[in-house]
Amino acid sequence: MTNAWTDIKNTDLVVVMGGNAAEAHPCGFKWVTEAKAHRGAKLIVVDPRYTRTASVSDVYAPIRQGSDITFLNAVINYCIQNDKVQWEYTKAYTNAAFIVKEGFGYADGLFSGYDEEKRDYDRSSWDYEFGEDGFAKVDPTLQHPRCVWNLLKAHVAAYTPELVERICGTPRQKFLQIAGMIAECSSPTKTMTSMYALGWTQHSHGAQNIRAMAMLQLILGNIGVRGGGMNALRGHSNIQGLTDLGLMSHLLTGYLNMPTEKEVDYKTYMASRQFRPLRPGQTSYWQNYSKFMVSFQKAMWGDAATAENDWCYHYLSKLDVPAYDILRMFELMNQGKVNGYICQGFNPLLAFPNRGKVAAGLARLKFLITMDPLETETARFWENHGDFNDVDTKAIQTEVFQLPTVCFAEDQGSLTNSGRWLQWFWPAATPPGEAKADTWIMAQIFLRMRELYRKEGGAFPDPILNLSWQYHNPGEPEPEELAKEINGRALTDLRDPADPSRILVEAGKQVVNFSQLRDDGSTMSGCWIYSGCFNEAGNNMARRDNHDPDNTGAHPNWTFAWPLNRRTLYNRASADLDGKPWDPSRKLLEWDGAKWVGYDVPDIAPTAKPRDVMPFIMNQEGVSRLFARGMLRDGPFPAHMEPFESPIANPFNPKMRGNPVGRIFESDVAQFGTSEEFPYAATSYRLTEHFHYWTKHNRVNAALQPEFFVELSEELAREKGIAGGSWVRVWSKRGSVRAKAVVTKRIRPLICDGKTVHVIGIPLHWGFVGAARKGFGPNSLSPFVGEANIETPGYKAFLVNIEPSTAPRGGVVA
Amino acid sequence: MSMANGPDSPRTAVSNPPVQPMASNLGAGDLIRRSATSDLPPPTRQLTPVAKLIDVSKCIGCKACQSACIEWNDTLPAVGENVGVYENPHDLTENMFTLMRFTEWVNPATDSLEWLIRKDGCMHCADPGCLKACPAPGAIVQYSNGIVDFIHENCIGCGYCVKGCPFNIPRISKADHRSYKCTLCSDRVAVGQGPACAKACPTQAIVFGTKEDMKKHAEGRIADLKSRGYSQAGLYDPPGVGGTHVMYVLHHADKPQIYAGLPENPSISPLVQSWKGVTKYVGMAAMSMLAVGSVIHGVFGRANRVSREEEEEAERLVEQGDETPPHDPRERRP
Amino acid sequence: MNMELSRRGFMKAAGAGVAATSLGAMGFGGAEAAVIAHVRPMKLASTTETRNTCTYCSVACGIIMYSKGDVRKGERAELVHVEGDADHPTNLGTLCPKGAALKDFVRAETRLRQPMHRRPGSDRFEPISWDAALDRIARLMKDDRDANFLASNADGVPVNRWATTGMLAASATTNETAWATFKVAKTLGIVGFDNQARV
Repeated sequence: MTNAWTDIKNTDLVVVMGGNAAEAHPCGFKWVTEAKAHRGAKLIVVDPRYTRTASVSDVYAPIRQGSDITFLNAVINYCIQNDKVQWEYTKAYTNAAFIVKEGFGYADGLFSGYDEEKRDYDRSSWDYEFGEDGFAKVDPTLQHPRCVWNLLKAHVAAYTPELVERICGTPRQKFLQIAGMIAECSSPTKTMTSMYALGWTQHSHGAQNIRAMAMLQLILGNIGVRGGGMNALRGHSNIQGLTDLGLMSHLLTGYLNMPTEKEVDYKTYMASRQFRPLRPGQTSYWQNYSKFMVSFQKAMWGDAATAENDWCYHYLSKLDVPAYDILRMFELMNQGKVNGYICQGFNPLLAFPNRGKVAAGLARLKFLITMDPLETETARFWENHGDFNDVDTKAIQTEVFQLPTVCFAEDQGSLTNSGRWLQWFWPAATPPGEAKADTWIMAQIFLRMRELYRKEGGAFPDPILNLSWQYHNPGEPEPEELAKEINGRALTDLRDPADPSRILVEAGKQVVNFSQLRDDGSTMSGCWIYSGCFNEAGNNMARRDNHDPDNTGAHPNWTFAWPLNRRTLYNRASADLDGKPWDPSRKLLEWDGAKWVGYDVPDIAPTAKPRDVMPFIMNQEGVSRLFARGMLRDGPFPAHMEPFESPIANPFNPKMRGNPVGRIFESDVAQFGTSEEFPYAATSYRLTEHFHYWTKHNRVNAALQPEFFVELSEELAREKGIAGGSWVRVWSKRGSVRAKAVVTKRIRPLICDGKTVHVIGIPLHWGFVGAARKGFGPNSLSPFVGEANIETPGYKAFLVNIEPSTAPRGGVVA
Repeated sequence: MSMANGPDSPRTAVSNPPVQPMASNLGAGDLIRRSATSDLPPPTRQLTPVAKLIDVSKCIGCKACQSACIEWNDTLPAVGENVGVYENPHDLTENMFTLMRFTEWVNPATDSLEWLIRKDGCMHCADPGCLKACPAPGAIVQYSNGIVDFIHENCIGCGYCVKGCPFNIPRISKADHRSYKCTLCSDRVAVGQGPACAKACPTQAIVFGTKEDMKKHAEGRIADLKSRGYSQAGLYDPPGVGGTHVMYVLHHADKPQIYAGLPENPSISPLVQSWKGVTKYVGMAAMSMLAVGSVIHGVFGRANRVSREEEEEAERLVEQGDETPPHDPRERRP
Repeated sequence: MNMELSRRGFMKAAGAGVAATSLGAMGFGGAEAAVIAHVRPMKLASTTETRNTCTYCSVACGIIMYSKGDVRKGERAELVHVEGDADHPTNLGTLCPKGAALKDFVRAETRLRQPMHRRPGSDRFEPISWDAALDRIARLMKDDRDANFLASNADGVPVNRWATTGMLAASATTNETAWATFKVAKTLGIVGFDNQARV
């Protein structure tokens, strides 16, 4: 989230699209109801289903899953056509005026540079024109035919209300009503917030869904302001934290990147990370990259990391592919190339797409280790449960370890919420039986392996032997020790460069925040963006002052928000070029003639003069990007793409299937179905009574929503002879499930491209262990498709068939 | 904020419950009615009437109220099955005192779908049909703050409260043959807290406070709904039962029936009113058994449901009755 | 005494005009009535309060956990109730249907209590000690790493990849656990490393 949950109360218009906030985040959704009750805000819901969020909306519009880009591009077009643009913001704070290279183009659903053979783009034409001074060329008058604004205008011109009706199935009048409401938020004194979740990310074009809304928010001037922003409603309690800390194949901590094979040494790695400003005077904060990188390397390998060995650069793995993401790992497992797998608090048998492939992959492992507070289907993937897990137990040669861990109630530490607040919590209960903390288990595995490497030697033991592991009890590092390490400290006295007699931080003391980190080996910090969380002032994540001066929703002394306790990202953009708030009643920051003052920590230097430094300091341009250059693999502008399995052909290019650069493996191509064989458009989602596959272990939640079901319209139920509460079979090219039918008015057939499209909804909370009835998940049906940029599996739009059926074999009562 | 353990009723459910031992603020001196009891002494003080207000237009049907209710009351409904609807359990039970009821309603005026979600449960009537029907002395009581509570130790499981309730709320346990329903979290209110459901409710569609405050709060909500085109928005506080201590804000207050059959004008059936004379005797008999030390419930072999036959017999007895029910001055309402 | 008493029986008795006596006449005065007309005792009395954060979604609602016993005093503690923290700025004391039932997650019958081991081809889990499990795991991992570690690629560039063992990290663990996990996984060279960010 760019903003905080509590900030949503400041909005005038909430658009929930690509998510279902009331259902999946009820207590966050509270702030929508607050905005409605106290500001008269309106709520718009656009979703294939009339959801619980829709039940309290002012306007609901149906949309076919996977067609959001068309809808959003059409809203952008509507705003441009009707002159509903926050011009001052758009001209000053976006790259609208930047001039794009000659050669960039878009035709037949594809951008310039497409290579069908490689299923990839040559992105060299997707860039600015640069002057001899090295800066990007701009035309502040927006007259240049190749300035971003004119290219955008041309790009979205095709997206008319008629096209929305044709592709999305949204009635034209409904679209126009919504576009009109959104367009009103181009006023500097009206803001709109976007609340989205996996309904946008889990498509082969997920990043572009989000970009389309971000671009709309930018031309409306709604980024960086109170009640505005792009608000990703993240799923797990610490998914933000684990992403921030880089527990991913392609990341290091704080959004530093894992090196690739092409980055043969540290110098080469850093060469592409100079982040030279593309406009005069801009901050381009990533110019500090090396300070964060070296401090990270010092946190990892301590004294072993020296300038001479490039701070142990070669201890880091170098990637040969963009990422060894989950889909790639299960593909490799199926190829017999993976032997061991550790699932810490993870249930891939139910969580990953194409369950048949996932189960086959697990069965080829030599060993599987699960660490969890609860039973999981994954730990018991080898156990036969009739139709619910029909495996040949004897044939599965995988050795499995099921390790019991503590859960939150018995643990302590910090979790990072969607709004980037790091909140510390304390333990309240004794762990059951022999359950152990994850830190203990990880430390025990590490110490044992280190000991083996010490004794026996082996493959490249250096990073293992030299890993910094200086904890009071090496067998179980304490949360506070780890938190201090994340914050970082001075390794030698840090002297003021302006006055070397002055010591800023004594050796051994915590740094105040990342502004004190250096790239000469004198500092260490596990994760630079978290620096400031635990400094010499103490554990700032444990702060519990809930005061909120002037009720802005900022709560500045409540725990700690990264970066630097900043509550709203891009907050400089809440004021105009001269530093006056766009909306005085919703002031965040203002320029008092000498410095920035207000309710939040400014995201530009506190004394940076208003017209000099632009708000988007993490971008080399200093402004935000309506045109993404070559940063996304599937285009600098969002363009309509169909799901890989779609009920209709792409009207821009009927030959194009899915995202032209979406990541698919050769072995999965044969498992895509067509609309002839599988006529119905399926989507998957959460229900409010459950959390993933956890709460089915909880008898209360199991009682509130006991059994797997699918939802379908009254029209389709009539056509197929399906009665509510009866058994149905739903199948795709990849698998089959049996479920109870919920026949509802909340799903209605859509007319897309002249064709009736029936939507089938498949919630995801059931499995074969726990207190609820045994059931299936949508992952038995969903395809093995990766998002073009980040390889997120596409769970939200695929094709199925349905028929009346009977109860599954194996008994539904667990 | 709440007046933790103060002398009067709590004003909100938004507070953290105390953990220090505290005396109950709801005692015998706060009773204004007691089932099958004619000589209840007058209350020693008048507590400010409380109410729970359920704004159906803010409700997202998340069932947090059900969950919080189960947890607070230590009930545990059985894991059922899906029968094609979102209601789970499928009805109120002795282990589920409140239930979200979902109605898919196409508004004929706009032709658009509205998903009406109503939290069902005890309305805590000012004129409680359950209490009036109850033949067991002290099995149902009413406090001066408006809470109608079941005292299970005194319940004989006859099911008259079910018949007497215009909202069809109480449920008889098959396990212990006693009647159960929402207590308005009397144990929480007694220590200055609001009900568990109102505290949990994510959108604060359920709020709690004095009845007067809740009516004022409702006015604001109704004005907001009217501004959004719900011209018939209004408060549900039915006069037929003397008003209720659980009230609804409805977007279509002219049509309560569309909210899963919310009665348009609920009242206590005249039959139940006239049972009173009989039940008084019954109550005496029950108490006499308690007096000799029997624990009635331990010895019942079956549920004591009201059968059709029994009802007919009751009617006959009432018709023949030569006793005039004693007049209770507290029955008279201003 | 008739143990088959039912309402029916009562009705008959009433109809027969059994002599009615008032409570008072039977010796039950106001004090006794008060005992009977009680509300349930406050169940949180004398419990230990602990501030925590809901483990489910990333709204991260503040919760108060009520326990019998106090782990911070080194006592055994049993969780008896969970409620939203009214002082928390985001949730203001509210909880969703999952958060409100957190106690039954912590105390679920399917909570794991001891390490278990499944041998290849077996149809059951068998208990294993922590030491035996960890020793075996370290051995399996080291053997796999030593056998399959790719120190450098065809061009002689050090690549240090261990791609034959992967790890999924839990997105409900703390930042501190995540950092410890990160250090171990990355230093071992595990590239198939992921979390729930995408799923």
